[in-house]
Amino acid sequence: MRSTQKIDRKKPSTVGKASRDANALLTVQGLNVQFKIREGIVKAANDINFQIQKGECIGIVGESGSGKSQVFMSIMGLLANNGKAKGSVKFFDKEILGMPVDQLNDIRGSHISMIFQDPMTSLNPYMTIGKQLTEVLHAHKTMSNKEATDTALEMLDHVRIPEAERRFHMYPHEFSGGMRQRVMIAMALLCSPELLIADEPTTALDVTVQAQVIDLIKNLRTELNTSIIMITHDLGVVAGLCDRVLVMYAGRIVESGPVRDIFYTPQHPYTKCLLKAMPRIDEGRTDKLETIPGRPPNLMKLPHGCSFEPRCPYKMPICKEIRPELLPISDTRAKACHLTEI
Amino acid sequence: MPNSKTLNTKRDFDVIIKGRSLWADAGHRLMRNKMAVVGMSILGFIILLSVIAPYLQMISPDLFPFTFDEVDWDNISTDPSFENHHYFGTDGNGRDLFIRTLYGGRISIMVGFVATLVSLVIGVTYGATAGFLGGKTDSFMMRFVDVLYSLPFMFFVIILMVFFGRNIFLIFIALGAVEWLDMARIVRGQTLSIKKKEFVEAAHAQGVSTYNILKRHIIPNTLGPVAVYITLTIPRVIMIESFLSFLGLGVQEPMASWGVLISEGSPEIETAWWRLIFPAIFLAFSLFSLNFIGDGIRDALDPKDR
Amino acid sequence: MLIYSLKRILGSIPTLLAIIVIAFFMMRLTPGGPFDTEQPLQPEIRENLMKAYHLDEPLYMQFKRYLFNVLQGDFGPSFKYKDWSVNDLIWMGFPVSLKLGLSAIGLAMFFGIFFGSLAALKQNTWIDYTVMGTAMVGITIPNFVVAPLLSLVLGVYFKLLPVSGWGDGDFSHVILPIISLALPQIAYIARLTRGSMIEVLRSNFIRTARAKGLSERLIVTRHALRAALLPVISYLGPATANIITGSVVIEKIFQIPGIGSHFVTGAINRDYTLVMGVVVFFGIIIILFNLFVDLLYGLLDPRVRYD
Repeated sequence: MRSTQKIDRKKPSTVGKASRDANALLTVQGLNVQFKIREGIVKAANDINFQIQKGECIGIVGESGSGKSQVFMSIMGLLANNGKAKGSVKFFDKEILGMPVDQLNDIRGSHISMIFQDPMTSLNPYMTIGKQLTEVLHAHKTMSNKEATDTALEMLDHVRIPEAERRFHMYPHEFSGGMRQRVMIAMALLCSPELLIADEPTTALDVTVQAQVIDLIKNLRTELNTSIIMITHDLGVVAGLCDRVLVMYAGRIVESGPVRDIFYTPQHPYTKCLLKAMPRIDEGRTDKLETIPGRPPNLMKLPHGCSFEPRCPYKMPICKEIRPELLPISDTRAKACHLTEI
Repeated sequence: MPNSKTLNTKRDFDVIIKGRSLWADAGHRLMRNKMAVVGMSILGFIILLSVIAPYLQMISPDLFPFTFDEVDWDNISTDPSFENHHYFGTDGNGRDLFIRTLYGGRISIMVGFVATLVSLVIGVTYGATAGFLGGKTDSFMMRFVDVLYSLPFMFFVIILMVFFGRNIFLIFIALGAVEWLDMARIVRGQTLSIKKKEFVEAAHAQGVSTYNILKRHIIPNTLGPVAVYITLTIPRVIMIESFLSFLGLGVQEPMASWGVLISEGSPEIETAWWRLIFPAIFLAFSLFSLNFIGDGIRDALDPKDR
Repeated sequence: MLIYSLKRILGSIPTLLAIIVIAFFMMRLTPGGPFDTEQPLQPEIRENLMKAYHLDEPLYMQFKRYLFNVLQGDFGPSFKYKDWSVNDLIWMGFPVSLKLGLSAIGLAMFFGIFFGSLAALKQNTWIDYTVMGTAMVGITIPNFVVAPLLSLVLGVYFKLLPVSGWGDGDFSHVILPIISLALPQIAYIARLTRGSMIEVLRSNFIRTARAKGLSERLIVTRHALRAALLPVISYLGPATANIITGSVVIEKIFQIPGIGSHFVTGAINRDYTLVMGVVVFFGIIIILFNLFVDLLYGLLDPRVRYD
């Protein structure tokens, strides 16, 4: 439908989701990410398929090492040199996986932005905040210095950084962790991207600051109408923010569905375990939190059958033999498990 | 590193899957490093030649008819040749350069090893003491090292050599005394960081004595960086010795180190190229080999993808 | 920044004192005096000489006198060159040595950083291997081997350049010594730059810059280079010391009338005051340069400034 190379920044339609594909912002099909290391090949992501609609907010949940970050690193062209991604990733209808860097640079930072886990090291320590912000604008838009500065200052106000004008000329080490993450968010949103990928944006922050940053992202989502992918191991973050959740384990999506359904009627044993391992105030539970026994599998030597089988409380003989595919269990939900009901 | 998570877990796998000891593992990796193996072979060969140099005449008087200070009046400053058995030619005094180069190797390599040993003893003692005692003592001791660091040490060594006479033991001590600073810093840093690690604290909490902590935990963990450092100090010491000898301040006639031979050879390079080239080749190859071995050990002990 | 600078300046005073103390006592405690010659001097002459050079005073008095004079910039008379003061000798050689040393450092910085960055950006390609292989050779082969070889090839065989001497410091005379002096430093700086550049290119803030969609050229020049150069800047201090040490050899090989050659002749002649003067002078130069490097570092790394 869109034959020109240029990406149309049309506002997402609000007239329901008549045709899913027409509104698809990002379509990932059969994505595999592998790292070659001396000891062998690490399969960080295997056969990942999903789609994000315009304006949607998706949570990607999984333990650290489940490959969730690497999926999006590969989409952004940020894999380490020894990493390799195969499959298809379409932004609107344009294939971006394996795109030459100079073409990819027209998209990243401007149409798709990303913020990272560690705001302490993700900003350049040798450059003022102001310069780091305005250079995004200069890279993607033709703007005078004055215009760029004004836009950047406005965005700093937007992410609730007080005294933006004074802080504009400061270096990252003069900011607190939460403030740095706000700067990162401002930087990511400067070109009003269609998609914001947030890779564990709150993990490195204090608990109170975490809540503030999540609130900020929630507000910005409604203000700017940006699609968001929230990568996290913290189900609490997802609950308040996202429409849909993808649960990842050992480099695969094991369950997907609307956030409410996942929370109230988890269908995959791993999701269930994750939820049990999560502290919940609303239920007033006082019994002790459960942990998932065992440890995630070696990504170099994935089991033949289901990767979760060794730790699964519901395991059956078949689980060791045949790997369950991710199959739809309703209109909106899918899971990769041999059990029909749990 | 974007993929740090993936890469770091690799070490865990190693431990879980193989459970090999760190040193066996490192030795294995070192043997797979081609450059390091080549380095070890070349260095081994040079050391072997140097060691047997005095016995060559006994082994085969026909092939090696000369001693290191014997003057061959028929062949003063002649080209390398097989017929007169001066394989590397002769110097201006008619002495056989092949044997002299091997003898030079004895001195140079010995200086390298002994002086490094001296620096090791001083550096490890100093660094471990500072790191282990910690606090004010540590900061004072390290401040002292800082001061020494910024001194033009080479010149003090030269003064020492000039005024105390040029004797080989003094060279050992002087070079060792110069090179211990880095060693002290490394050992101190290691000691400090290990002291803070959980397993040492755990050992402390369980009432393991200080001596046992040192023996079981701190010393084995410090050995790695020290081993790397030793292999990198030896070539440096050899180079400094050559430098001193080149200025005429090192080993004295009729003894010779590679530096002395190079120093004698370099003014003659227009007329007698072999006098510079052969000792220079031996020196360069030894230094190369030592550097490759050092790099190899470092990579073997710290197997990050570089 | 001001406090930082003051701290650095104050911090270098103990080093300077240590240099003077060590040089002085090392020299005075050594066996054999400056007037030990082949034929013993007549006692009166010897006594007069001792008195003239204040060698008859107790050691601490001598030290006090020496320290006082050095702090005023006076290194005293030369023991061997009767009509010269050490200051005269040093100032005579200084312009020559300075020109040699500064050009070598400049050359080393420029080519070292250039080749190091090139190797890092083309990591694991033939460019990288060539640069690093050559650097390895440059580091391992001492400059007293490289210098004669260079002068043999360029001076004797091709007759492009004079083999020795300084001329008046004209281009053709200085080029061989400068290259010989700079080569090991070029090699070292190239390795250093490559290592730190590779590390920086893997760091999180470079990943951010990539995610921002900046061009690779901007990422390298604006973001990576500065961070990668910090270790190189730190190395400038030791590099100066190495260059000064190296200049002693190079000045000897090429027969250049710099401070280094005075030092060597002074050392061999047991000219106490000259040797000490040169050591203290070199010490001061190294300290000043380290100070300059520290300040430069503070300028480049905003985190240091506010400590």
